[in-house]
Amino acid sequence: MKRGVAVVMLIVLVIVAAIVGGGIAEPAQLSCFLIVAAAASRAWINPGRSSQAPYTSAKTVLISFFEWFGEMAVFCGRLLQAALVPPYEIRALLRQCESVGSRSLPLVALAGAATGAVLSLQTRDSLTRFGAQSFLPAVIVFSLIRESGPIITGLVMSGRVGAGIGAELGSMKVTEQIDAMEASAINPYKYLAATRVAACVLMLPLLTLAADFCGILMGWFASSLADPVSLRLFLENGFQNASYNDFIPPTLKTTLFGLIIGVVACFQGMRTTGGTAGVGRSTTSSVVLSSLFVIVADVVLVRMILVFFP
Amino acid sequence: MQDSVDGHPIVVKALRKSFSGRTVLNGIDLQVETGETVALLGRSGTGKSVFLKLLIGLQLPDSGSIRLCGREIPALGLNQLNEVRMRVGFLFQQAALYDSLTVEENVAFPLERHTKLTAVERERRVKELLASVGMQQDLKKMPSQISGGMQKRVGLARALALDPEILLFDEPTSGLDPITASEIAQLIRALKERRRLTAIVVTHDIHSARTFADRLVLMHDGNIVIEGTIESLQNSRDEFVVRFLGEAA
Ligand SMILES: Nc1ncnc2c1ncn2[C@@H]1O[C@H](COP(=O)(O)OP(=O)(O)OP(=O)(O)O)[C@@H](O)[C@H]1O
Ligand SMILES: [Mg+2]
Repeated sequence: MKRGVAVVMLIVLVIVAAIVGGGIAEPAQLSCFLIVAAAASRAWINPGRSSQAPYTSAKTVLISFFEWFGEMAVFCGRLLQAALVPPYEIRALLRQCESVGSRSLPLVALAGAATGAVLSLQTRDSLTRFGAQSFLPAVIVFSLIRESGPIITGLVMSGRVGAGIGAELGSMKVTEQIDAMEASAINPYKYLAATRVAACVLMLPLLTLAADFCGILMGWFASSLADPVSLRLFLENGFQNASYNDFIPPTLKTTLFGLIIGVVACFQGMRTTGGTAGVGRSTTSSVVLSSLFVIVADVVLVRMILVFFP
Repeated sequence: MQDSVDGHPIVVKALRKSFSGRTVLNGIDLQVETGETVALLGRSGTGKSVFLKLLIGLQLPDSGSIRLCGREIPALGLNQLNEVRMRVGFLFQQAALYDSLTVEENVAFPLERHTKLTAVERERRVKELLASVGMQQDLKKMPSQISGGMQKRVGLARALALDPEILLFDEPTSGLDPITASEIAQLIRALKERRRLTAIVVTHDIHSARTFADRLVLMHDGNIVIEGTIESLQNSRDEFVVRFLGEAA
């Protein structure tokens, strides 16, 4: 029990440290740091049969860690090849766009709206204290379109779509449906994985727009409860100093979130072994890993966007 | 069957396979002639399903040679492997139907991707295939809504969709009632007689095997213990063979 709590705290610490570290460190340093942290936490969770030999256990953890990346690289190679070589699975892609995109819309819209409302309620209080309420619309709009909208969409989608894809492909793997596809000379990387990854890449920016929109709308609504103002005026104030650079790069960066979510979830799903329990494991790991990588990617991207689109 | 080796579309030599130190196949040699149907028998867990999967490259052997239609399977790249796989009809032990597609769509799936049939022709072909395994209704149902035996038959129809030259069936008659089982056995026999298909059929059902098999192969402990016609097996004095056939009868 105590070990469980310690592990959870360690993982939280690792994530916080990674985010803070990401702000100041180079991406290369950050990834080294993450590797060490992940190895440490894995070693802690799995003290292994040979607890008297922490060196070996750390070594196997490191090996499996690099193995994971190696397999991931092979997976990406096959995926890319399958995705680029015709014929294309247009119908399957559209079906995936529907399940990744339209079906996630309510959830993403709700998450965006809640973020907008919270932002509005919270910032109003702080801004009033400094006598700067007139900035409220701008604060809401800027924080939503530059950061909150994209990251909330990314995280909500790693939960919803990461779990969905991980579980679906995982159960297809353990019930031999993926083998059956290969046996009929159909490339599962093309039909199953590439379509899902492409759907994630295409849909995430659109969903981000929806989250931004609902957030701003809800922000206006919440702020007009305290101080009625017309939506038009609110938007005019909010977007007064906004340029395309505030809007386009952060929205487009969510294509990368989509790529991460799709690739990680498909990879974890398609390498599932060990029956139903294995499906559970790959579902969990696909959610955990995709949210983790989305957060890390966000740190790196925020910095890059600040450099390239000042 | 122009590119088979001396009229042997399936040639397996010294095939070995182990899983994490546990040997499952320990040097299997098997040749199947064009038009011949082999029934593969053996106790549960001897590696019959693994053997079939090795044949079409779903798993890689530890060592040994597998030639299908004259091509060395373990050495092929994906594209060449797929060329061979299109000539093979494979039935999985658990049917392995795509559970997000209806019965009809399952059978149409390979047709859509590997043939130039129009939608109408394809629909007719799907109906024909399903009728040949005794599935006239429930075509719009999902696999989870039909029984296990029906799933098996749909799997069979899907395996036959591309007019394969080689059939690899993993227990096509298990889980079926005796009447349907014997109908499926008749179907396999008819396929062989009409189109000279080459087949390996894993089965526990000696009665069905009697209907369609030219030769029986009995596996035990990673090896082939005995092969031959039913009569020659029945004349064997080997303790395991006697016991196996005795229990099966
Ligand atoms: N992917 C795998 N990983 C590890 N071991 C495996 C794997 N697949 C099969 N085995 C092992 O190989 C052996 C043979 O399995 P296989 O499924 O081929 O048996 P079978 O002869 O088809 O049995 P049955 O008649 O019950 O279907 C089993 O002992 C099984 O534990
Ligand atoms: Mg089996």
